[in-house]
Amino acid sequence: MASQTAAPVPGVLPLVVESMVKRFGAVTALDGVSLELRAGECLGLLGPNGAGKSTLIRGIVGRVIPDAGRIAVFGEPASSPAARAALGWVPQDLAVYPRLSCRENLLSFGRYQGLSGSQLKESVAWCLKWAALEDRAGDLTGTLSGGMKRRLNMAAGILHRPRVVLMDEPTVGVDPQSRIRIFEMIEELRAGGRSIIYTTHYMEEAERLCDRIAIIDHGRVIAVGSNQELLQSTFAARTEVRARFAGDSTKVAAWVESRGGRMADAVAEITLAHPTEIAALLESASAAGLELDDVSLRRPNLESVFLHLTGRELRD
Amino acid sequence: MLAIIRTALLSLRRDRPALALSFLLPIAFFSIFAVIFGGQRNTLPRVGVIVVDEDQSTASRALLRGLQQEGSLRVVLRPDSAHKGVELPAYTAQSAEAAVKAGDVSVALVVPKGFGQNPISFAPNQAGPSIQLLSDSSDPIAPQMVAGLLQKTALTALGPAMAEKGSLYFEHYAGGFTPEQHQRIQESLTEMRKMESAESSHTPAAGSASSGGMIAVQNHTVLGENKNKPIVSFYAAAIGVMFLLFTASGVAGSLLDEAESGTLDRVLSSRVTMTRLLGGKMAYNVLLAFAQLTLMFLWAWLVFNVDLPHHIPGFVVMGLSTAVAVSAFGILLASICHSRSQLGSLSTLLILMMSAIGGSMFPRYLMPAAVQKVGLFTINAWAIDGFTKVFWRDLPVMDLWPQVAVLLGVGVVLFLVARRIARRWENA
Repeated sequence: MASQTAAPVPGVLPLVVESMVKRFGAVTALDGVSLELRAGECLGLLGPNGAGKSTLIRGIVGRVIPDAGRIAVFGEPASSPAARAALGWVPQDLAVYPRLSCRENLLSFGRYQGLSGSQLKESVAWCLKWAALEDRAGDLTGTLSGGMKRRLNMAAGILHRPRVVLMDEPTVGVDPQSRIRIFEMIEELRAGGRSIIYTTHYMEEAERLCDRIAIIDHGRVIAVGSNQELLQSTFAARTEVRARFAGDSTKVAAWVESRGGRMADAVAEITLAHPTEIAALLESASAAGLELDDVSLRRPNLESVFLHLTGRELRD
Repeated sequence: MLAIIRTALLSLRRDRPALALSFLLPIAFFSIFAVIFGGQRNTLPRVGVIVVDEDQSTASRALLRGLQQEGSLRVVLRPDSAHKGVELPAYTAQSAEAAVKAGDVSVALVVPKGFGQNPISFAPNQAGPSIQLLSDSSDPIAPQMVAGLLQKTALTALGPAMAEKGSLYFEHYAGGFTPEQHQRIQESLTEMRKMESAESSHTPAAGSASSGGMIAVQNHTVLGENKNKPIVSFYAAAIGVMFLLFTASGVAGSLLDEAESGTLDRVLSSRVTMTRLLGGKMAYNVLLAFAQLTLMFLWAWLVFNVDLPHHIPGFVVMGLSTAVAVSAFGILLASICHSRSQLGSLSTLLILMMSAIGGSMFPRYLMPAAVQKVGLFTINAWAIDGFTKVFWRDLPVMDLWPQVAVLLGVGVVLFLVARRIARRWENA
């Protein structure tokens, strides 16, 4: 395996995507996406459903042929055997054999990746331990809980010890406890030096796991940076005000627009350069004849960034 | 209640191929059976019979003409030549027997030398040399039909011999004729023989009663004489192949399950290519199909006395060839279909049609000639013919080459077509 794996070379990035375009008929799923994955980092792809995250991941692993653009894994074309061996993919679907046990599934996928003999056995044992499935190794996959299936799905993707791991929404449909276990598994991978791309539409996952976050929408990367960088570049030191008003909604909306804010689910969202400006804002509302129900101040978060950049909720 | 019906109808309407097949399947089957059985009323399949005339007497030639004029018989005198205009030598007793053993025809008649001296007898042990009727007992109908028609033809085609024999009997048992009666009989017989020699046209009387045996016929079962329950080996192959086809398409359907679950994507993102994946599925299907056939014939051997131990090489060759063809058929169907329900409907339609016209449900020799020819486009027909050669005709493995070549050829072609169609799964 080692001979065919693209080895890390100083100065060569684990993954580079340049101007990737993919169209499905009239729909442009990826519209010139470019991004870099640095050694040992976890890069989050944050975007709503249909933003193009999965298409990008599928393009990197060769399951989608781009109409334009270039993908390099440790400097090698993504379609090369060395690049394929260096990539590990955890698809969004539960892509395991339901009638095989956990161990049998891992043995099968290990063989598909070219592992054999003691190397295969060691990898399977390591994956079962990593996924905390050792005591369920002989159980049929169909009988596992949703969280266990997700962990097995992840284990099958990293069985061949890839240096770059692509995870496509690995926590979809799992309970909070299992989600925490999955976070721990990912942190363990990062500690092992793997470079990870992690797609999600859960802001809190991106905030917890990712060194940098690429916000993707309508097939385009609209911002990249660390959580702090994104907040700083978008909002600087601004504070977000969320307020509810009673009475005529048209009147409320007109006032919110005049203050540079927006209405979301009957909540007025307005940003202030400094928290002390709240008093002046409320006076303005009162002067406009609006009756305040409740008000709160909060620091902007990734969701606010996404909303600000796209005009849409992250989970639209 | 109405809501459930509405939901079910909506689901069915979304799967248009399944909807079409659910209506198409019964119509297709009705049509197939109507063609096979309905057509038989007007176009009864003619029984092929080889006739070897070693006697070349007036009586034997008259008998041959009579047989040739029988509408339900197809008299064959010499093998078909591969080259147009080239006539091969007529069958001999030996080559006729070989042809029956090879399954070219089910019955052969050998008219021996001396038959014409005394062709008719009204009592046992008074006839001359017997006509030899060579038959293959796998076809229980044809020998009896030919034997009956032979007696009928004797009644209608051997007029002078009948008259002469009748007068001799009368003379023997009634005390003789007067000289004048004797002279008239001789004149009449001479006239009849002249007519017979002139090969005058002769039409056998329709519906005449069959004789209890006025010409001596000796029956020889040249094939299957010592075999128990001959039809069992046929059905072991016939039913086996039909279910192999069902199993192969069902197993190949795992491709569709894997495509739906995303497992196929994951497999193809590893080092496994589509060609290797399909090749692996094909190899698994072949092994499974061969195991199924082996179990079927082991059962047939243990319970129904089909002689498997003495036919193992032929069984292995035919079993593997059949397994290759049915496996590729299954892979092709799976690659064509987009869902399990489509695969279920299409495979049921095709497999039952193939089994009906290919001889898995009833022997092809009972079907009209045209349907028999169409049957050659099915895997069933070639597989059954091959197994019949092995278990029934005891032919050596080398004689299986046409069946093996066709089945392996079909397997390779279907696999290549399936590989081409499977490109849709490779990437978007």
